[in-house]
Amino acid sequence: MKRAFPWHIAVFLAPAFLIYTVFSALPLLDTLRLGFFTTYDSGHQTFVGLANYIKLLTDPDWSAGFWNAMHNNIKFFLIVMFVQNPIALLLAALLSMHGVRGAKGYQTLIFLPTLLSVVIIGFIWQLILSPLWGVSEKLMGFVGLADWFQPWLGDESSALITLSLISVWQFVGVPMMLIYASLIAIPDEIIEAARIEGASSWHIFWTIRLPLILPTLGLVTILTFVGNFNAFDLIYAVKGAIAGPNYSTDLLGTFFYRTFFGYQSQIGSPTMGAAVATTMFLIILSGVGVYFYFIQRKLQRFAF
Amino acid sequence: MKHKVTRAAGTGFTHLVLGGYTLLALFPILLVIINSVKSKDGIFDSPLSLPTAETWSLVGFEKVLAKSPFIHFFGNSLTVTLVSLVLILVLGAMAAWALSEYRFRGSKLLAIYMAFGIMVPIRLGTVSILELVVKLELTNTLTALILVYVAQGLPLAIMILGEFIQQVPKELKEAARCDGVGEFKIFFQIILPLIRPAVATVAVFTMVPIWNDLWFPLILAPGEETQTVTLGVQQFIGQYVTDWNAVLASLSLAVLPVLVMYVFASRQLIRGITAGAVK
Repeated sequence: MKRAFPWHIAVFLAPAFLIYTVFSALPLLDTLRLGFFTTYDSGHQTFVGLANYIKLLTDPDWSAGFWNAMHNNIKFFLIVMFVQNPIALLLAALLSMHGVRGAKGYQTLIFLPTLLSVVIIGFIWQLILSPLWGVSEKLMGFVGLADWFQPWLGDESSALITLSLISVWQFVGVPMMLIYASLIAIPDEIIEAARIEGASSWHIFWTIRLPLILPTLGLVTILTFVGNFNAFDLIYAVKGAIAGPNYSTDLLGTFFYRTFFGYQSQIGSPTMGAAVATTMFLIILSGVGVYFYFIQRKLQRFAF
Repeated sequence: MKHKVTRAAGTGFTHLVLGGYTLLALFPILLVIINSVKSKDGIFDSPLSLPTAETWSLVGFEKVLAKSPFIHFFGNSLTVTLVSLVLILVLGAMAAWALSEYRFRGSKLLAIYMAFGIMVPIRLGTVSILELVVKLELTNTLTALILVYVAQGLPLAIMILGEFIQQVPKELKEAARCDGVGEFKIFFQIILPLIRPAVATVAVFTMVPIWNDLWFPLILAPGEETQTVTLGVQQFIGQYVTDWNAVLASLSLAVLPVLVMYVFASRQLIRGITAGAVK
């Protein structure tokens, strides 16, 4: 007996499949293809092999900007990674202790900034750190540090660090919630057993709870990585496409935007833009690859 | 006795850290909202105090509403977010059902293909998305934004909803099939109502990045007619950067709808994250 074509399956799948394919998967593939082409002034595009990538990595006109953005992006990622996630771990560990009153309330409020637009957050901090308004200076004055105040966002040496700390401030709630969820999922018996053996809370945290939540810390790391190597909104809102002062806050996202759309005297190029996007794609993909093939696999073996 | 003292000290420390951080998280937002209802003198002379009868002023809001079609931007954001959300949830649930319920050749591969979009940001395809949108003559339309956001939201929605659909007891479906109920009816009348809590969770997750996005409105729909709140505020502040009343008011206007939403949805959202992470 021949079975009829399962039309219902096709109907269930087709709309999602089509929209995803046409507006996400194919454009991504097409971007990878475009990276091998060059655009002439006439708008005509020709295949040039790896020329765009060689230009991006070695031509002084391009490579200086690219490596600067790359370097800044790594710095941005490292600051967020090693400031945001330890704070998140501390907050989550405190929240998950037994009998902390108002834990739900703290969670709800600390999570709030993550829901606001990065653009809005950027502007808010720009105002707060503005020497014109003087709010930060005044606040620092309360603890006798008024003289330490600097216009951090305007200074080449501190702008990137300030922006990454703003990002930490906004998004610490996400890793906090993820870590909290995995901490409260640890069965009480394990902790109780250790306590009966006479282990201190400090000891229990480092030798039992922390190892058990390593998979979540891995997840938090990869989420931070993907989010940061694709960041754009915060820099664009606070510093514009030029990512000043003197490109000191330029990330791959803003570099990609300028390459694609052009700025000042330079004309934008879709094919060079595609090459930058492809490079970002490869960076993100390798991060995700490392996560899945090494960290995730190893940790799972460890957890069971 | 000594034990009790250390414990009390421990509790004190816990609340000091958590309370302190909560204050740090809220202070910037409150500061902007408080100062948005003050006169210019009030903003600069006493930024840290609540508005008094003397410094109270709504001039910032009047300026924003007069100089920019803020209500219109708000409508655009609402349209884009809600239409995208409904499409993501309905189409995502349908696809999740098909992928987890029926075994057919290539179903595993298809699931992996759809999941690819969870980790790879759709932004990286922007060059070609813009080309496509230009070709379809959809530049400066909300439709372009909606299509892109649906493509962006589907992978995660399919994954989370799929996990919930797999938990629906087999007997329910088998019983319905024995009674001769069609597959569409099973999905829309039995499965969909059962996974409502999951749908609500996915809804909150999906909504926030769409509402807040700057990138795609900036690139696909920068015209005044189609600007969303995020882009509108960004452009407005760029123009009126020296008018502190207007800047603070526009920021407050952008923050308030999200605050109101959060008051109603925070429990749902936090429960969703907690449940999702444990899996």
